[in-house]
Amino acid sequence: MPHDKLIRMANQIAGFFATQPGQNQAERVAAHLNDFWGPEMRAELKAHAAEDDSDLAPLVRDAIPLI
Amino acid sequence: MKDFIIPWDDRDMGTPAVEGAPVTLTVDGFEVTVPEGTSVMRAAAEIGMSIPKLCASDNLEAFGSCRLCVVEIEGRRGTPASCTTPVAEGMVVRTQSSKVKKIRRGVMELYISDHPLDCLTCAANGDCELQDMAGAVGLRDVRYEAPENGGLANHFEPRTGGEVNPEWIAKDDSNPYFTYDPSKCIVCSRCVRACEEVQGTFALTIEGRGFDSRVSAGGPLDEFLTSDCVSCGACVQACPTATLQEKSVIELGTPERSVITTCAYCGVGCSFKAELNGDELVRMTPYKHGEANRGHSCVKGRFAYGYASHSDRILNPMIRDSIEEPWREVSWEEAIGFAADRMRGLQERYGRKSIGVITSSRCTNEETYLVQKLARGVFMNNNTDTCARVCHSPTGYGLGQTFGASAGTQNFDSVEKVDVAIIIGANPTDAHPVFGSRLKRRVRAGAKLIVIDPRKTDVVRSAHIEAAHHLPLRPGTNVAVVTAMAHVIVDEKLYDEAFIRERCDWNEFVEYMEFVQDVRHSPEMTEMLTGVPAEELRKAARLYATGGNGAIYYGLGVTEHSQGSTTVMGIANLAMMTGNIGREGVGVNPLRGQNNVQGSCDMGSFPHELPGYRHVKGDEVRALFESKWGVEIDPEPGLRIPNMLDAAVSGSFKGLYCQGEDILQSDPDTHHVAAGLAAMECVIVHDLFLNETANYAHVFLPGSTFLEKDGTFTNAERRINRVREVMKPRNGYADWEVTQLLAKAMGADWTYTHPSQIMDEIAETTPGFANVDYAMLEERGSVQWPCNDDAPDGSPIMHVDGFVRGKGRFIVTEYIPTDERSGPRFPLLLTTGRILSQYNVGAQTRRTENSIWHDEDVLEIHPHDAEVRGVKEGDWVKLASRSGETSLRATITDKVVPGVVYTTFHHPDTQANVITTDFSDWATNCPEYKVTAVQVGLSNGPTEWQRQYNAQADRSRRILPAAE
Ligand code: SF4
Ligand code: SF4
Ligand code: SF4
Ligand code: FES
Repeated sequence: MPHDKLIRMANQIAGFFATQPGQNQAERVAAHLNDFWGPEMRAELKAHAAEDDSDLAPLVRDAIPLI
Repeated sequence: MKDFIIPWDDRDMGTPAVEGAPVTLTVDGFEVTVPEGTSVMRAAAEIGMSIPKLCASDNLEAFGSCRLCVVEIEGRRGTPASCTTPVAEGMVVRTQSSKVKKIRRGVMELYISDHPLDCLTCAANGDCELQDMAGAVGLRDVRYEAPENGGLANHFEPRTGGEVNPEWIAKDDSNPYFTYDPSKCIVCSRCVRACEEVQGTFALTIEGRGFDSRVSAGGPLDEFLTSDCVSCGACVQACPTATLQEKSVIELGTPERSVITTCAYCGVGCSFKAELNGDELVRMTPYKHGEANRGHSCVKGRFAYGYASHSDRILNPMIRDSIEEPWREVSWEEAIGFAADRMRGLQERYGRKSIGVITSSRCTNEETYLVQKLARGVFMNNNTDTCARVCHSPTGYGLGQTFGASAGTQNFDSVEKVDVAIIIGANPTDAHPVFGSRLKRRVRAGAKLIVIDPRKTDVVRSAHIEAAHHLPLRPGTNVAVVTAMAHVIVDEKLYDEAFIRERCDWNEFVEYMEFVQDVRHSPEMTEMLTGVPAEELRKAARLYATGGNGAIYYGLGVTEHSQGSTTVMGIANLAMMTGNIGREGVGVNPLRGQNNVQGSCDMGSFPHELPGYRHVKGDEVRALFESKWGVEIDPEPGLRIPNMLDAAVSGSFKGLYCQGEDILQSDPDTHHVAAGLAAMECVIVHDLFLNETANYAHVFLPGSTFLEKDGTFTNAERRINRVREVMKPRNGYADWEVTQLLAKAMGADWTYTHPSQIMDEIAETTPGFANVDYAMLEERGSVQWPCNDDAPDGSPIMHVDGFVRGKGRFIVTEYIPTDERSGPRFPLLLTTGRILSQYNVGAQTRRTENSIWHDEDVLEIHPHDAEVRGVKEGDWVKLASRSGETSLRATITDKVVPGVVYTTFHHPDTQANVITTDFSDWATNCPEYKVTAVQVGLSNGPTEWQRQYNAQADRSRRILPAAE
């Protein structure tokens, strides 16, 4: 999958959860990714984050260890 | 084949049923008790006495014009018409006195004197109420005679007494499906009333008075086709004579048997009687006891079934090694073997997860269930998705999160109790016409309407209805508008605190209130952004919160956005905070696009969910299916359609079985879809026609139409309706059989011999379907899920005593603008939709006479935007976005606001999806069809891409003659 698209999708998810009240937004981003993204896509996102996470929303970065 | 025995009384009772206190009377000495307000005619019919009638019909208000239905009532003077006379306690009615019999004969004599006596060659012979009534009243002769020096004044002879008859009007056969022959008209005005009361179009009027009165469509120069008529067929159904008559009956003769089945077009799911001679379909008529449609229909279901016998239909399986080659017709055995070998080979070479399926919202529940089972239990992966991905996936997610059930909350009958309806991002009169008619009827009876839509759709203003408020928002700002409405409701304390405290999580509501109270959500602040005047929005919010039963109906204009799921949650919030959930007349109602969107979602088409919306990660659920299927199920979600295409482009996804779905035409960003398909090594298309996706296919498996198989569809109100085999599959196999053949060729041990066994398996594994089986559907007609021991009769309305998830959940809905924005290069916003006569990508409707109403997609543009660009009505224009460009003709209209353009996507030549982008809903990846930044400029015809595309399509559709 083109990287920019994967990143945009992850950031969009983070965009929603960032607006939600409570303390566990990163967990909720991770839960959404685990529930709806197949393992390959998650692996790709993790690999990208390991290389360079500058274009990822902060919440996605926080969620990475949980997926 | 056994005809479906109609379990209910199918007679015309003369006048509509009413509700009221019981009243007892006697008719010809027999006692009968009926609700107060019932007509004498209906009371008599209840005990099996049909009083002769012509102008009355039980789907229309009584009119009292023909005087055939007269009766005598003790203690009353004269002979009142039984259709217009309400019953009274103790009334004594006589239906057959010599006095009334004489009157009836006189009335009939008069009618017949002005009616041609060509019964034997008339298309309605045997199906004519005038004929029946002449018999019923014992009419034996007609005593009117022509005067000596001329003809008898009449309407039916072109020449009378040697002169041209000025009263005679020629037949109007402009409508492709029915004719109007004024010479046979008895001016009972049933057609006019049907058009008004049932359909709500007001296309017909009675011109003139007395002997001169005539039915007329539109103005003096109009014929049916040029009038406002939308060809719903209600008038044809209502006409007691051959005046309004289906052309198919004229051509084929009156049908002798009928089978009850379900329309395969939109999510309303209308019930029809398929009427046949042998296996020749003569006509489809709306079924009176269909609970979704209550005897009404639209042009698609009623008339547009000709595609089933269209010459384009492919009836033999075909294969080819590469898409550059022409197709080769082969036996089923060879095609299935070829497909199975290729798919297995791909898995060996590229891994278990390199192949997948796409199920169809047009196929039955049983077929969809099998296709996802094929992925999970035979391919051994969860790569299954459905076209619902591209339309209503946010509904599933949003309503699941807030209410706990991924479905609409009401039945369609509920609309009869609505006081305020919000229509958001939906165009019911075009896309869900029968629901549109029922809604309009309710609005004419006094309900208020709020329309939230960038376009001035027909429900905003048309004959005898007008929306109380139209909020013409900028495409893409739904969340801001819905949240602003919530702001007003909280700000002005219009919420239903008792309901919220009892049914929802109060703490969550408090959090939500804090969020929504912020002044940035006020309509005054969002006006700049949304384009909706603050005062109008405030009024609309007040009306919804305080106007009585408030119901929200929404469509793809809500879901097909980058914040589609958020809007669905926002809608759910509005309903919860105003207490508009859990009873008749309220609720949240997604209007589903295709016939079985609800069912295809229910049946586990999504890659992360097994049937019944249960996540594949759940050990218990997997164990249930594993024991049933004897396989191990992957606990990880599979690929969604856009993911499959991305994976194909990057080389890890290689094979696809696509049933009844044309992703190349219907999915966004055509270039990307084409690239994905082209990168696959085995694409199996299972469809009626060589659709656009088939241009990239290696195996073509011919499909069967809804007329040729048994199964069930689940409509937008969760109603499980039976689809019945009306004729044998012309391609040899019903679609479920084809899937089973493929599964078996790939090693499965499936042994279904009838779809009812598939439904039994669904019931065993899916709690909401636990008590559903074909025997029950046969007996009851239809049932709404959940249907199990807790709700043995099904569930017309959900969340009655509490939300399915327990407490209703308020979710914060912050507006996040889409990245798709207009700018200097692409200054306009394109939004897309549908029109009445065509359906989806048009594969079916384009192959019917419906094309007479819509033979190409056109671009709607506001006069202002058109003028700046020098565009005139009918000009070819180029429509360009950052994804691609296409050309089509422009039409200039103020239905759209300045800055917004609109088109439909029914025709492959237009390729509107070349323009749409790959942006999608954050939660579900439902594509953002409804907002694309575009530029419009004059052009001189189709673009290079359109020309190339057509050339490629023609090349890839070549079929070699079958080898002997
Ligand atoms: S077909 Fe429908 S819209 Fe047309 S005139 Fe008849 S009732 Fe009216
Ligand atoms: S067209 Fe048919 S329904 Fe209409 S007034 Fe004439 S006879 Fe009656
Ligand atoms: S297309 Fe929809 S509204 Fe029209 S007949 Fe079919 S189900 Fe009913
Ligand atoms: S049926 Fe009663 S007046 Fe025509």
